[in-house]
Amino acid sequence: MKRVPAVAWTGLIWLVLLTMPYWMRAVGGYTELASRVLVLGLAAMSLNFLLGFTGVLSFGHAAYFGLGAYGAAMTIKYIAPSTPLGILVGVATGTLAAMVIGALIARLRGVYFAMVTIAFGQVFYFIAFRWNSVTGGDDGVTGWKRQALDLGLAKIDLLGNDKAFYYFILACFAIAVTLMWLLLRSPFGRTLLAIRENERRARFLGVPVERHIWLSFVISCCFVSLAGTLYALLNNFTDPRALRWDQSGNFVIMAVLGGMRSFWGPLIGAAIFVVLQDYVSSHTENWMSFIGLFFVLVVLFFPRGVLGILRRKGMA
Amino acid sequence: MTQLLLFNVFNGLIVGAFYALMALGLSLILNLSGVINFAHGGFLALGAYIAYTLIPYVGFWGGLAIAPFATAAVGIVVEWALIRRLYGRDPLYSLLLTFGLAYIFEDVLRAIWGAQSVPYPIPPELSTPLSSQFFFLTGYRLFMVGLAALVVLALFLILNRTRLGMRIRAGTADLETVSVLGINVRILRTLNFGLGIYLAGLAGVLAAGMLGLQPTIGTSLIMPSFVAIIVGGLGSLPGTLLGGLLIGLAAGITAVFFPSATEAVMYVMMGLVLLVRPRGLLGEEGRVS
Repeated sequence: MKRVPAVAWTGLIWLVLLTMPYWMRAVGGYTELASRVLVLGLAAMSLNFLLGFTGVLSFGHAAYFGLGAYGAAMTIKYIAPSTPLGILVGVATGTLAAMVIGALIARLRGVYFAMVTIAFGQVFYFIAFRWNSVTGGDDGVTGWKRQALDLGLAKIDLLGNDKAFYYFILACFAIAVTLMWLLLRSPFGRTLLAIRENERRARFLGVPVERHIWLSFVISCCFVSLAGTLYALLNNFTDPRALRWDQSGNFVIMAVLGGMRSFWGPLIGAAIFVVLQDYVSSHTENWMSFIGLFFVLVVLFFPRGVLGILRRKGMA
Repeated sequence: MTQLLLFNVFNGLIVGAFYALMALGLSLILNLSGVINFAHGGFLALGAYIAYTLIPYVGFWGGLAIAPFATAAVGIVVEWALIRRLYGRDPLYSLLLTFGLAYIFEDVLRAIWGAQSVPYPIPPELSTPLSSQFFFLTGYRLFMVGLAALVVLALFLILNRTRLGMRIRAGTADLETVSVLGINVRILRTLNFGLGIYLAGLAGVLAAGMLGLQPTIGTSLIMPSFVAIIVGGLGSLPGTLLGGLLIGLAAGITAVFFPSATEAVMYVMMGLVLLVRPRGLLGEEGRVS
């Protein structure tokens, strides 16, 4: 791939993201839909840090997404009405859980790793579902709202102003994505690619593979829990569905649909998935069949994803 | 107290038997084909609904006999049409495909039979308690445990004493060599998939009589089955059986002392096993990485 087109593509993506709230309505969408694309896109890109760039299949990322959401929601409801504090606590909760579970599973590989992440993903679902007195059980954490952002000089109304909140999410997204991009370009990121391509060889070169996989898992989960906090803020509530297994599967299909081997692919996959889900679920009761069929078709006919196909045809 | 404990231990054993039946099927497919069948719970529910539909015509016993085979037939068609295309590719793809199938199953079952729980008839001679002191010992429960034990025994006999079973075990160890020796690996995998789905269908028919029948019945059983495989050890069928029974029992006993942690306890067990013995209780060495 030549260098210039890559820059052009990146510029185009940022331009679209920066102007999205202004043309969403014209194409039949709404600002909240744009916000959801950003949030789930961030989740899918975070997952892809592990999936696409380290070559480790995690099928349980919804757990950390949900922990972020619950962390933010419960902080704002019970501790202090502050949006940044909610985000901090949410990210810390998700990352901490990932550090512990990551230590248990960093030695496992392939199908086994996937299966253990699926199973561990359910632990937090059951905790959220069963621990009624704290988490609100099936109803989730309700009765709170995202708070205005106090910057000292000015207050930004995130609740009433859809666009302001979109740009707040975009700012968080930009920070997270830039960090991931820098990490992937660093020697650490290159080592992750080496592990993906040939783990044994990396090991012979003296790379502590388990520690790298653990770190990659923790970093990936850290950003996914950031997406989770934003998701809770976007909805002004959170419930156990945020951390159930189907959410994990949705993240993986977004990454695959967009293209696992490209940095921006998962964002494009998320955009397609979110818009499709929004459209289908408002037109039919049987949206689950459509989404399921969509999974099957993507796997059979687009395993390389949208960007994979474009790249093959020499367009990107 | 003793009675309550006994009740829950017995209950745990039954639930553990369901987990084991389900997990053995999952394990068969995973070991030979490297496919994590997320749709296994969907097949389980399908088996139960097929039996439910057949019972008015062929009676309880007829449903019990026919439904698992019908489910296996559906499974073989799905394997032949879809899953077979993904062998040898990254396990990610078969996982996503069966994940999509699980969505479709749940939705289609709901569209045909409704989202509400339907009453599943069991014959009166099996539903009366056998003793007034141990009210929970109904004939149906004993029958379930007995049948599950028989089926597991039959499965191990098939695997250890028949040509098909021998090929399945050989293929699990080294599929390439088996293929080079002139055995049709494609058909072997299809039959093996059908065998796994048969177990799911049977578990569904049995579970429906105890838990009631609704489209999500499979979803609530599939996660514990994953845990059973991990606890028991990847690649080992006796391990899977042990894992299923163990987590069922653990959940049953926990239900007496700390009911809200009933589900959590199996994940704690899984964490402990991974910490102390990552390959699982009876897992083979080297399977993990």
